[in-house]
Amino acid sequence: MPVNNMSFQFAGAAGTGSDTQGRGWAQALMRSGLYVFGLFDFESRIRGGHIFYHVRVSDRPVHCHVRGTDLLVAFDELAVHERLDDVLPGGAVIYDSAWNVDAEAIRRKQAAPVAAPLKQLVDGTGGSDRRMINTAAVGVLLGLVGMPPKVIEDSLRAAFSGRYAGEKGSKLAEENVAVLRAGIAYARTRFQSAVAHRIVPPDSSVPQALVNGNQAICIGAIAGGCRFIAGYPMTPASTILEFMADKQTDYGIVIKQTEDELAAAFACVGAAHVGARAMTATSGGGFCLMAEALGLAGCSETGVVFVDSMRAGPSTGLPTRTEQGDLDFVVHAAHGEFPRFVLTPGSVEECFEAGWRAFNLAEKYQTPVIVLTDLFQSFALKSVPQAAFAFDAVTIDRGELMTPAALDARGPDELYLRFKDTPSGISPRALPGHARSVHMATGDEHSERGFITESAAVRTQQMQKRMRKVESMVREMRPPARHGPAQAELTLVGWGSTKGAIAEAVDRINAEGGSANAYHFVDVWPMPVEAVTASLGTARYLVGVEQNYSGQLASLIRQQTGINVNYRLTKFDGRQISPEDIVARVNDEVKVGV
Amino acid sequence: MSETARQQVAIKDFDTDERSTWCPGCGDFGILNGIKRALTDLNIAPHQVLFTSGIGCGSKLPHYLWANELNSVHGRALPVAMGARLANTDLVVISVTGDGDGYGIGGNHFIHSARRNIDMTHIVENNHVYALTKGQYSPTSERGWKTTTSPEGTHEWPLNPLAVAITAGAGYVARAFSGDPRHMAEMIKGAIRHRGYALVDVLQDCVIYNRINTTQWYRERIYKLEDDAAYDPTDVLGAFARAQEYGERVPIGVFYRGPARPTYEEQVPALQRGPALVKRDLNEYGPADYRKMLAELG
Repeated sequence: MPVNNMSFQFAGAAGTGSDTQGRGWAQALMRSGLYVFGLFDFESRIRGGHIFYHVRVSDRPVHCHVRGTDLLVAFDELAVHERLDDVLPGGAVIYDSAWNVDAEAIRRKQAAPVAAPLKQLVDGTGGSDRRMINTAAVGVLLGLVGMPPKVIEDSLRAAFSGRYAGEKGSKLAEENVAVLRAGIAYARTRFQSAVAHRIVPPDSSVPQALVNGNQAICIGAIAGGCRFIAGYPMTPASTILEFMADKQTDYGIVIKQTEDELAAAFACVGAAHVGARAMTATSGGGFCLMAEALGLAGCSETGVVFVDSMRAGPSTGLPTRTEQGDLDFVVHAAHGEFPRFVLTPGSVEECFEAGWRAFNLAEKYQTPVIVLTDLFQSFALKSVPQAAFAFDAVTIDRGELMTPAALDARGPDELYLRFKDTPSGISPRALPGHARSVHMATGDEHSERGFITESAAVRTQQMQKRMRKVESMVREMRPPARHGPAQAELTLVGWGSTKGAIAEAVDRINAEGGSANAYHFVDVWPMPVEAVTASLGTARYLVGVEQNYSGQLASLIRQQTGINVNYRLTKFDGRQISPEDIVARVNDEVKVGV
Repeated sequence: MSETARQQVAIKDFDTDERSTWCPGCGDFGILNGIKRALTDLNIAPHQVLFTSGIGCGSKLPHYLWANELNSVHGRALPVAMGARLANTDLVVISVTGDGDGYGIGGNHFIHSARRNIDMTHIVENNHVYALTKGQYSPTSERGWKTTTSPEGTHEWPLNPLAVAITAGAGYVARAFSGDPRHMAEMIKGAIRHRGYALVDVLQDCVIYNRINTTQWYRERIYKLEDDAAYDPTDVLGAFARAQEYGERVPIGVFYRGPARPTYEEQVPALQRGPALVKRDLNEYGPADYRKMLAELG
């Protein structure tokens, strides 16, 4: 009997509650002590159309979504037709019995049609708002899987009293609770054994948080001392600016929404130049505009953190769909050559770490850092034990930053050389504002003092000085992380948000008698060539799993290490790859050891 | 600022041994002198000011005086200044741009800086030409002007930066002339003293590429608004009307001085207490504070 391991979809038109109900359901399951993963599939519109929220639940930690759904909750007729293909055998579809739905089509999918009089349940209970049919449907779902309703009732009460002051909030909350109970009662009477799926909350659990990748990056950044963020709204990065805005008072963060992405990125250069830990967040289209500022940060040796949450390109592309198409771009963006870091975290935990680590790398090496994530990871919610956010391990390393006391100790005629040529290439940094640190910085080639020059000798010196930093930057880079056995017939290689799906695919292949392992890259650039060679050099057959057309990481690996990734398993339809997709395509496309 | 009270800034404090790349006779020299004079008069030392600039002959100006500077790229001096000022409100922030830089490629930032009201001064060296790229027409070039990229004469009407600034909400809008550094210094002093975004558009010649708007051309036309007793710079519609005057007579002086408004940074919650942002301890908050964010998501 499938207990505590299943998936759900909440589907309907945009603006009618699929997102809210889906997130609420994920939260309720988490608060019941289970592990969840939530995925929002939406369109570039505010109302109408068709969207859905996917929730996977398990009694063990889950790191990705799965293909298909056991239980579909439809908030309108269209949702039944649009999503029926996703419903797995043994599952069920919950919908309003008043709608024109082909129940036979549901039965042909070996699933149960759960037609409940949702509107009547609302009316019969005295519900005052037609949107309460969503609550009725959730009630039916609760009854179907036998889950105790208390956590949902608590959430409803908290949500409505939070949204409306006074009597209105409590009235709406109680109406919703009544509608919920009517749905539960109806399901228990009429659909007691429609499905075998059950939710049985465990007796004990650890406190978790339901966090998406953007929130995790922000929490990491705030803990890492980020006190300045500028940005221009763009899906899927907007929630980063919004989250930081929500925390501005609690943690003293300056938030600036600017007139365009140029201004946002340049404001960060200005803020970082005078000593703030500054970050901007955008998607690929916005990062195109920011490339100018990236180059200035590189030339003026300013440590700014850029977040690019990728969506499908080129141009506006698929604005609400995911892709890993920007890796080549961010590794090479802006003209000329300068050092940069590119980090590609692949989980909520890794997003958190990248959030604070990026600032240490930026300040220590006085150069830009790009945190590359994607739409899927920006929106996907994962339940994570709160203890997994290791705040005690967060360090703040500002590198060679001269203190006011160190500047005081300098002689009045001792010239401060902002771009001093050093063995490491890193020049001790002083902030503007002190009488002994007056200096210039520029995107023009410049002397050690920061003055513009066209001297061939100085150009060579400064170029070598900047690029010399890469030697020590590489030593900061960690090798790709292995999942699965040390030796395997098949080695999957990925980066960023596909981490969870690849790991689960490896487990499934091995459970089915195959032989696979995987390497996941977070520290992509500068590529730690020796470590990557040690990891991948002896692999028998390498399969790059990437959500882009050409296999961009595979190309970088070939370019940097000479290692050939034997097969490039790519996907670029805007939908996140699932473990099932990977297993199926490995079986179909990769002919190794057979 | 006790340090300011003690210090006595002299004009030579801004001297640097860096040799300029400007052409002999360029109006930029006059502007450089005007800026030094204004800072000296206000007793602002080189380390207390941060210049930001873009690209072009004019944007090289901060290189030729001794002070902090972040020379950015073409058109972006204003957002860089915004970021620096928000992060360190102890700095006096001055952006120096040219007309192509400030009004063309940086035009969007110009409009939004005017209405945003960051406490900063924006000095535009307006010579009506792209000089460093060797003589193409700029956003402020007069219509019909023949250049290498407009051999038949330009087809566009020039941008009126003063009218745009007034309309966009700037609280201090002035025009100066590179041939009168003493008057210019007064305009710049007013701009620095003004709490909010302040524009000083400086008319200047380009001895190589602008043979129309020469120093002589200006001298024949310029008059000072302060000499017009009837002119009221606090009247926004009057200021807008006077900003249209450009031809037979060219006014310089303070066109508009708006009512006192809060600066942007005064309204930022994070800046309403404590020292400047960059002077705060990054370990001000600890794990217990940060865990609250997770508890909210629990």
